[in-house]
Amino acid sequence: MKWDEFFVTGDPLIYGADVSIVLTMAGILFYMTRYKKWKWLWTEWLTTVDHKKLGIMYIVSAVLMLFRGGVDALLMRTQLAVPEAKFLDSQHYNEIFTTHGTIMIIFMAMPFLIGIINVVVPLQIGARDVAYPYLNAVSFWTFFIGAMLFNISFVIGGSPSAGWTSYMPLASNELSPGPGQNYYLWGLQIAGIGTLLTGINFLVTILKMRAPGMTLFRMPMFTWSSLVTMVIIIFAFPILTVALALMSFDRLFGSHFFTLQGEGMDMLWANLFWLWGHPEVYIVILPAFGIFSEIISTFSKKTLFGYKAMIWSMLLIAGYSFLVWVHHFFTMGSGAAVNSVFSITTMAIGIPTGVKIFNWLFTMYRGKIQFTTPMLWSLGFIVNFVVGGVTGVMLAMAAADYQYHNTYFLVSHFHYVLIAGTVFGCFAGLIYWYPKMFGYKLNERIGKWVFWLFTIGFNVCFMPQYFLGLDGMPRRVYTYSEESGWGPLNMVSTLGGFMMGIAFLVLVYNMYYSFRFAKRETTGDAWDGRTLEWSTPSAMPPFYNFAKIPEVTGLDHFWRQKQAGKVEKLTAKDIKKIHMPSNSGVPFIMGSFFFVLGFGFVFDWMWMAILGGIGVIGTLIYRSFEYDDGYYVSVEEVLETEKISK
Amino acid sequence: MAHAETHDPNTPLEYRSEVGRLNILGFWIFLGAEVALFATLFATYMVLTHRIADGPALGELFEVKSLLIQTFLLLTSSFTCGLAVHEMRRHNVKGLMLWMIITLGLGLGFLYFEIQEFLHFIHEGANIGTSAAWSGFFVLVGTHGAHVTFGIFWVTMVLIQVAKRGLTPATSAKVFITSLYWHFLDVVWIFIFTAVYLMGMVMHHG
Ligand code: HEM
Ligand SMILES: [Cu+2]
Repeated sequence: MKWDEFFVTGDPLIYGADVSIVLTMAGILFYMTRYKKWKWLWTEWLTTVDHKKLGIMYIVSAVLMLFRGGVDALLMRTQLAVPEAKFLDSQHYNEIFTTHGTIMIIFMAMPFLIGIINVVVPLQIGARDVAYPYLNAVSFWTFFIGAMLFNISFVIGGSPSAGWTSYMPLASNELSPGPGQNYYLWGLQIAGIGTLLTGINFLVTILKMRAPGMTLFRMPMFTWSSLVTMVIIIFAFPILTVALALMSFDRLFGSHFFTLQGEGMDMLWANLFWLWGHPEVYIVILPAFGIFSEIISTFSKKTLFGYKAMIWSMLLIAGYSFLVWVHHFFTMGSGAAVNSVFSITTMAIGIPTGVKIFNWLFTMYRGKIQFTTPMLWSLGFIVNFVVGGVTGVMLAMAAADYQYHNTYFLVSHFHYVLIAGTVFGCFAGLIYWYPKMFGYKLNERIGKWVFWLFTIGFNVCFMPQYFLGLDGMPRRVYTYSEESGWGPLNMVSTLGGFMMGIAFLVLVYNMYYSFRFAKRETTGDAWDGRTLEWSTPSAMPPFYNFAKIPEVTGLDHFWRQKQAGKVEKLTAKDIKKIHMPSNSGVPFIMGSFFFVLGFGFVFDWMWMAILGGIGVIGTLIYRSFEYDDGYYVSVEEVLETEKISK
Repeated sequence: MAHAETHDPNTPLEYRSEVGRLNILGFWIFLGAEVALFATLFATYMVLTHRIADGPALGELFEVKSLLIQTFLLLTSSFTCGLAVHEMRRHNVKGLMLWMIITLGLGLGFLYFEIQEFLHFIHEGANIGTSAAWSGFFVLVGTHGAHVTFGIFWVTMVLIQVAKRGLTPATSAKVFITSLYWHFLDVVWIFIFTAVYLMGMVMHHG
């Protein structure tokens, strides 16, 4: 690597980005110093181990990544709006679809959901915290650092360009030289550590920290979906870890796992990638299913229909998710027998998914439906997700897939499931639990504008792509000829894309508007909810969540208490001192060392990687020797926070 | 964090505190993830064993003597590690220390022979870049070796803590967790022994 190659140069878009990055940084530095916010930032946020704050940090990062990935998307759509456009060159286009896909799935969808899980799950199960609060902070910082490492590739060294699937040998040293692909490998590897730790943390939290009386079959559906998701994470992420490590060995140390020399197997990469990749799809869809279940039941004023069927279908989906990976490469020479098996297992997933859809419909049937914004997103989800699901079954027919494979038909399919499933779910969850996080609701009127703009834009954008795909337009092409006749539909699609972009801006405006003007909540029960998170007396639960751990007698315990007029009021004699973990700066520092480590490997600067590695191990040792048993919140402080007089 | 401490004298020390119990459960789950990790490495290795390109076949270079010494050292270390935990349960810090130090010694011995073996292979012209098969071998066996190395450092750190603080619910949970880790490495080795070495040699000679 020569120094003049260090910064990416030569493109006006990049210079624009450079300038905006420098300006934003300067702005932040100025603001923080001028208003003396550094200490606040450090003690309230950077060192926090409070699951609610970590959750908010996840969500904020995810929204930023949605912006980044969204800009990538609009750049691509701009290039494709008309035939033979000259807006982006082919290399730049390749980089953008790679970063778009990777960021959206790894650094947007998953962290968004993990953020919501962080905020909500401990509250839903009546716990004061997660099982390992400190580890939770480590998870966040490794995710964040991985994301940042991946993002700076844009201006330093160059972005990866082999697709989010990074198929070998395309991603090898010969065909993808330079640091770009290394950013992919190390960004994902470091963030993956955090994801695995989250998986363990929340699995133990849900298994062991539930309030007395909350048996497994009394848990709210969102908690259930999180539990199942964590199990998938624990078995899927080690596969990714290995796959990424093997590719790193190929690129750094000349091993021959996936190379054509030395008799390596490029198809081994495809298999390992999708053995993780398909379950990953369910890691980002099951929590969204959970969110919709909560919302639909709350705003239909009914208990979720078929609660147990919902759970069993989720468990089935989780099991199946490990058995279908070959459907991602039916056309890559697996043979008819193998393809048939995987074709059938893939279609089988449709059955439990269908069960869930019918359960949501039956929940609404004869319910008193309130059309709040979270409910609108949930209804929009059902309609659009079904479109994605049906086309998914079409793709699952191996023989037919030879026609659709790698066309816009596939692109449209997975956007219908990913956007209508995951993104709608994230928005719905964010709006629904917004008052829990910030103490006020987002404005409903503006919210409805966001919903309609986004949903219409989404369909205008992706519906034409099914037809483009059937018409033979391949995916991952940076331009097409006039004669192909794909021009008009592409133009329509691009317009729809921009409409979604506008909807995103309106959403951000809504956050600002509501921050300024929304009426503040006075109780913790903003939506007349059913589950325990709505039972805290103050709008935003204090750092210890519950002054007194609730006792649960059945599903929708809080709702039934309200119906019977028997919501317990806390009195002074209920209050005991509360044990809480102390804040720690170590996770943040460990994350920073991970950054040094990753950056060193990206540029093949071993001294730097070793330095970072020593730092990481050093912080691990430091923590191991630290005996911090946390502290107690005194009865007086609890009484004061809960506004209870003695 | 809830804070229920158990005072039943029959409960082993490491299970007395809520934190200890949670950590041990979490570690079991982590081991589940480790199983997935090694399973992936094994699968990779199996797929690649015959892809030797122009390099030597795997079984051609394996040596029974070194293999048996390594296996003996590691299996014995798992046994002594068990004795250490047994002593811990009897609140015998000296016994715990003694057996753990022996465990570490055996672990170091294992590593010594493993590294010798690797150097020997490299000397014979088989390194990570020789062929897909050897890439698979070095990374699978090397990952296990790296785990042993990490384990040695980790156990040492925990022993220092025991020396400084004595046996508390916190330190004993740490000892117990490291012992789980150590036994796990032993189990993985048994698979390596069979799937890599025995099968490699049988395939080559048989
Ligand atoms: C109803 C169940 C589903 C079925 C039957 C299904 C089926 C398929 C099939 C057969 C492919 C491979 C197509 C090809 O390469 O030609 C595919 C690709 C894909 N699916 Fe699905 N899918 C389903 C649900 C989902 C969900 C819920 C998501 C995400 C939340 C998703 C995301 C994706 C993605 C990202 C790809 C792209 C793979 C690539 O880059 O090649 N799918 N799906
Ligand atoms: Cu799949």
